[in-house]
Amino acid sequence: MILHGRTIYEGIAEAEALVTTQGISFFGGVDPESGVVVERGHELEGKSIAGRVLVFPRGKGSTVGSYTLYRLKHNGMAPAAIINAECETITAVGCIIAEIPCVDQVEIERIQTGDRVQMDATKGSIKILTR
Amino acid sequence: MKLTPEEQSMLDGSQGYAAQKAMQILTALGKIYGAERLIPITSAQISGVSYANLGEAGLQFLSEMAEGGGRARVLTTLNPAGMDIENWQVLGISPEFAENQTRVLDAFARMNVITTASCTPYLIGNTPHFGEHIAWAESSAVCYANSVLGARSNREGGPSALAAALTGRTPAYGYHLDAHRQPALTIEVQTPLDENSDFGALGKVIGDKLQNWQGRRVPFIRGVESASVENLKSFGASVATYGGVAMFHMAGITPEAGYVAPPKEVIPVSGAEIRQAREAMIDISSASEVDFVSLGCPHLSIKEIARIAELLAGKQVTKEFWITTARPTKKIADMMGYTAVIEAAGAKFAADTCCVVAPIEGRFNALATDSAKACYYAAAKNKFKTALLPFDDVVLEALK
Repeated sequence: MILHGRTIYEGIAEAEALVTTQGISFFGGVDPESGVVVERGHELEGKSIAGRVLVFPRGKGSTVGSYTLYRLKHNGMAPAAIINAECETITAVGCIIAEIPCVDQVEIERIQTGDRVQMDATKGSIKILTR
Repeated sequence: MKLTPEEQSMLDGSQGYAAQKAMQILTALGKIYGAERLIPITSAQISGVSYANLGEAGLQFLSEMAEGGGRARVLTTLNPAGMDIENWQVLGISPEFAENQTRVLDAFARMNVITTASCTPYLIGNTPHFGEHIAWAESSAVCYANSVLGARSNREGGPSALAAALTGRTPAYGYHLDAHRQPALTIEVQTPLDENSDFGALGKVIGDKLQNWQGRRVPFIRGVESASVENLKSFGASVATYGGVAMFHMAGITPEAGYVAPPKEVIPVSGAEIRQAREAMIDISSASEVDFVSLGCPHLSIKEIARIAELLAGKQVTKEFWITTARPTKKIADMMGYTAVIEAAGAKFAADTCCVVAPIEGRFNALATDSAKACYYAAAKNKFKTALLPFDDVVLEALK
């Protein structure tokens, strides 16, 4: 299956998907040292976003969250790529400064946690390899 | 998005790493929000200054931008920092935090940013005129600039405001366009408003009503007879905090109110609602619980500092009392002798910072303030109880 979206930040990545139907607040919601989601009551609470293709509808919370993505990257704990339904300022800026491939306007409900995803963000194409 | 040759050369990297990163940020945002082009700006105001919020990662990014040739191309000022830059010891800030905060300010200074750290740039010379396009972070200042000055800004985040400063551009969408500045509903204020805390309570009432409003959150407010600069700064901060409002029209007071038609949908605000909003920001069970008093959210004007000096003259405060303001405003207070009077009474100036961004989580039990915005953050971020009081009563509370 191949999905298409809009390039927010270019690059290629291949990794396992981690999917949530909830918004993510990187500032305060993700531990920048470990990449683990720490927002209380979040679907992904306790799970690490490090090295995964992180799939969520849109970002939320403080604009300082962009710096959290940058910090995750420097700690080697950033997601391999990000896929959004609708990207907003915090996630877009975070991906640009941390150089994380990012695509939005994707039918994210067609991707499941555990899917092997090959993404070419430059072309905006997302290939689901296996599940 | 259509770029000029100059903008394209920044994006291509021919003007250095920082300009390229900045241009990548702006073009991505332009794409997301459907801007057809970038527009030149005349002013920027950057948030994300407190080391407590930025952390090492944010500081590293700022340093990279400075080293990568990033230089502000327009007048650019900063939001409050996590401490008074000259007087941090008195406020109980650790030397380690002070050192890191200084590194942040140095990185901005290297980018030719004016390091006055204040949420009221419009009071200290970063004062755009009617119709100017600007890129400001700091929600209260954005609300003031759009509404009271008639300048045009979206609610920027720290990195997008920095990107705008380093390129002198911002994507043309949202509040930069006429269509987005039209009011979407009319608010009928049915009670007189006396002072800052009333205006703050009105901001909370309107903000709460608009929180789930679909569409443009631009209210047309009528029924307010008069409002001072200080009242409007208090109101803008509150309505931005509680309702995410970036612009309002106030009949007879704000410049664009005369050019727009009041929308037919009218929502009344009664005196009872203002009282309820006030009460919602008071959760102490007795006045004796208050151990922290602060005025200056947003930062105090010189007129407000003069009033504090008048009320404190010859008296002694009994509680930790922070007077938060912009450093240039404090310089005027120094010159006029207000600082000496206030400090003789035992109150502390906290220039460059405020009770919202300083790292004081859990340090106090209950805050007395005239600011509805400060009440919100005192509860949410610092876990303090709050008492919203009229301006003069806040000063009297510190003396009790």
